[in-house]
Amino acid sequence: MQPFQKIKSIATPLDKVNVDTDQIVPKQFLKLIQRTGFGQYLFYDWRFEKGTPRKDFVLNDPAYKNSKILLARDNFGCGSSREHAVWALDDYGFKVIISTSFADIFYNNCFKNGILPIQVSDETLQKLFSTKSEIEVDLENQSLMVDNVPILFHIEPYRKKILLEGLDDIAMTLLHEDKIAIYEKSHKI
Amino acid sequence: MSKTLFEKIWDSHIVVEENGRSLLYVDRHLVHEVTSPQAFDGLRLNGRTVRRTDLTFATMDHNVPTSDRSLPIIDQTSSTQIKALERNCKEFGITLFDIHSPNQGIVHVIGPELGITLPGTTIVCGDSHTSTHGAFGALAFGIGTSDVEHVLATQCIMMEKPKTFEININGKRKNPHAVTAKDIILSIIRKIGTSGGTGTVIEYRGETISELTMEQRMTICNMSIEAGARAGLIAPDEKTYQYLRGRKYAPKNYDEYVSLWRETLKTDSGARFDKSFTLSAENIAPQVSWGTNPAMTTDVTGVVPFPDEYGKGNSEEEKGAEKALQYMNLKAGMAITDIAIDRVFIGSCTNSRLEDLMEAAKVVKGKKVSSRVRAMVVPGSQLVKKNAEEIGLDKIFKDAGFEWRESGCSMCLGMNPDILASGERCASTSNRNFEGRQGTGGRTHLVSPVMAAAAAIHGHFVDVRELDLN
Repeated sequence: MQPFQKIKSIATPLDKVNVDTDQIVPKQFLKLIQRTGFGQYLFYDWRFEKGTPRKDFVLNDPAYKNSKILLARDNFGCGSSREHAVWALDDYGFKVIISTSFADIFYNNCFKNGILPIQVSDETLQKLFSTKSEIEVDLENQSLMVDNVPILFHIEPYRKKILLEGLDDIAMTLLHEDKIAIYEKSHKI
Repeated sequence: MSKTLFEKIWDSHIVVEENGRSLLYVDRHLVHEVTSPQAFDGLRLNGRTVRRTDLTFATMDHNVPTSDRSLPIIDQTSSTQIKALERNCKEFGITLFDIHSPNQGIVHVIGPELGITLPGTTIVCGDSHTSTHGAFGALAFGIGTSDVEHVLATQCIMMEKPKTFEININGKRKNPHAVTAKDIILSIIRKIGTSGGTGTVIEYRGETISELTMEQRMTICNMSIEAGARAGLIAPDEKTYQYLRGRKYAPKNYDEYVSLWRETLKTDSGARFDKSFTLSAENIAPQVSWGTNPAMTTDVTGVVPFPDEYGKGNSEEEKGAEKALQYMNLKAGMAITDIAIDRVFIGSCTNSRLEDLMEAAKVVKGKKVSSRVRAMVVPGSQLVKKNAEEIGLDKIFKDAGFEWRESGCSMCLGMNPDILASGERCASTSNRNFEGRQGTGGRTHLVSPVMAAAAAIHGHFVDVRELDLN
């Protein structure tokens, strides 16, 4: 996994609560057996109508073409555990997702793919939704710079380390091989 | 110190604790075709193997056709994914219940059916409805593909400890054949919301839960994820032990385990939960969802709500309800029983077990499906299908005009050919009414099996409390 770098970008405002992973990547694209190339299917049914981009959907607004930050509302990523949702966001170019809350499985899947989900207060989210300027995301210092005002955010220290160092968590777990083997010996079911 | 059931299972599976997280041992890993191919690729790429092939079980359920199994699969991408699972299981030495196996079925139906699911164990699967297995007092988590790879390689999962949430359900339902487990769980989600359980493991408790059969408990735990919970749990009891006794993969020295489970697998009196919610089952009505998430649900006797009434002052929720009504093509104030139905789907990991089909058959027997409706029954597994056919349920459904199909996830998520056409409206016993879930532009109303069966006969929703179901 690539280490997480500082990011400066305008943010794409997705003004909708309870966005489920079925919307992030619809089921018809889950049959692929590789991890790559899902960006073209991101928000497919909202983004396209019979294959043509829908003008009323925010991702089709040229102003947000190279955006790396997605602003979302409460309970983003609820529903299905499909990691394809995170692969699609990543492949499309989003590296940071900011919301007031995330669904658990989605939140966890983000860290496995070098995506930073940031949880903020209602007030902060409102501020971010109303700004037109770029937002700078600095994970090292846990800060968002918006219109020259820093806003600090919380992240669990170990998750921060995983992202900053781009760690492979299977390799990390395998460091405990001896303990797993001991546990296995005493635990039978 | 007093502990909750969740804490007992959690604590007994900790291999290592570090950085505020726990490395938990996984007792059973269930695998299916959609969320595993990239995980197996990852193993190959890094030269890793599957640590415990004896604790790993695979089946194909999400995109298998439910039509004649002797015919080849027409959809090439589905076929590729199914073949990939066959190849991966062969290469890594994993037990696979393939499309021709008498044990094939929806992964959350076959786990308990085969005794793979056991009380006090930890279970994971790359599927959010893994919460189903909590009905047996197993701590069961849905995980993403990266974690599937992690578990294949290490038989462990790294997690932060979730909070605990007790939901007490007390009181007797006046008509338990009409007001089902599905109605109980939809009522709960309607009240606590789709993120009401986020970050928690729910333990369902109370006399109503004790009275439920194992299959009904599975329906409750199955939809824990629709309230956002990491898992749902019900303490095992004699019904649990009886259900699993003699199942194919249940331990040989079963009685020894039962003695141990009886002693340990319960929340101690005095144990504290981080969060609590209580519901009386007495006045629950049959539920029907009207919107695009499972919390957007109301009584069958109710009306489609006005967005401001649904939002209760939350402008985002109000906007969500407005969009939902638009998508569902419903008008606020309309009676639920006036909603006409085009399709009926009885199936899914929520409601496709033998009891579900038996209850639905009571409504259907001797009647005909409305001429405006196409209705199908998709048993949850080959075993459910066989058992149902042995008692003649297939004939009851077919005589009424239902399609009787092979087992799989089918129209719950429409990854196989069973989908809604755009604009079609379906009464479905599944778990998600998200936009496009059952087919792009399709409209889903979540209901119980008896409610779905009655909607098939009448062409619109009816209050099943008015039918004779006994």
